[in-house]
Amino acid sequence: MAQSDPLFGAAAPALRVHGQRLGVIAGNIANADTPGFKARDVNFREVLQGVGESSLPMARSHAGHVGDANMTQASPTQWRIPTQPSADGNTVETPVEQAAYADALMRYQAALRFIDGRMASLNLAIRGS
Amino acid sequence: MASFSTLELAGRALAAQSTRLNTVASNLANADSVAGSPDEVYKPRYAVFKAVLMESGLPGVAVDEIRESDAPAQARYQPGHPLADEQGYVYAPAVDVVESMADMISASRSYQSSLELMNTTKDLMVRTLETGRG
Repeated sequence: MAQSDPLFGAAAPALRVHGQRLGVIAGNIANADTPGFKARDVNFREVLQGVGESSLPMARSHAGHVGDANMTQASPTQWRIPTQPSADGNTVETPVEQAAYADALMRYQAALRFIDGRMASLNLAIRGS
Repeated sequence: MASFSTLELAGRALAAQSTRLNTVASNLANADSVAGSPDEVYKPRYAVFKAVLMESGLPGVAVDEIRESDAPAQARYQPGHPLADEQGYVYAPAVDVVESMADMISASRSYQSSLELMNTTKDLMVRTLETGRG
């Protein structure tokens, strides 16, 4: 479950989820030679499904309280299904992981570009020039 | 921030792979270190990896142990060798040079992909830090 941001829309949680996904895939690549290691991935569609829906927010009794505890919550991960079984039980396929890393990287940069553009518009609105 | 733990992760992977490279180099270097008896001969070493959960929740990698191979030493008939026993045999470690070379290439490829990971993550962090500047 992720919360959409009033300023940046879905781009802010998207950035967070893609950042986490990059970490998870990096973990897979690092463990490409670890016996018995099972590769994982973040299902982006599932995580972002909650964006925009009103989940039950935490009660705020003070203006300084952070409203959403989801900011630090890790995204749920799923096991990757290997195309070929390996003798040592490792399910990491480095080329697949590298492709997934490139995919997550591009999506991360796209979200970053959205935020960048939004910030430029806001700057324009604030300065008026 | 996830990127910092990714850098740590890549660093650990580099350390683990370089340990593996070291053991392979040690095996290759000692492929011809013969001894007078099968018990004294160099035993090939192999790095065994394991996944370690890091503070950030990501799976890091570490060398679990350096395991010594219990493969029997190869007897070579060299009666003129100063270390030869009464039957004229010297004993060489059970190092398969071709297998070691393949292992070395695999380790160096894994090292490269972790290094690539580190560079990409670093670039990404720089780009993220520059958000809203231009």
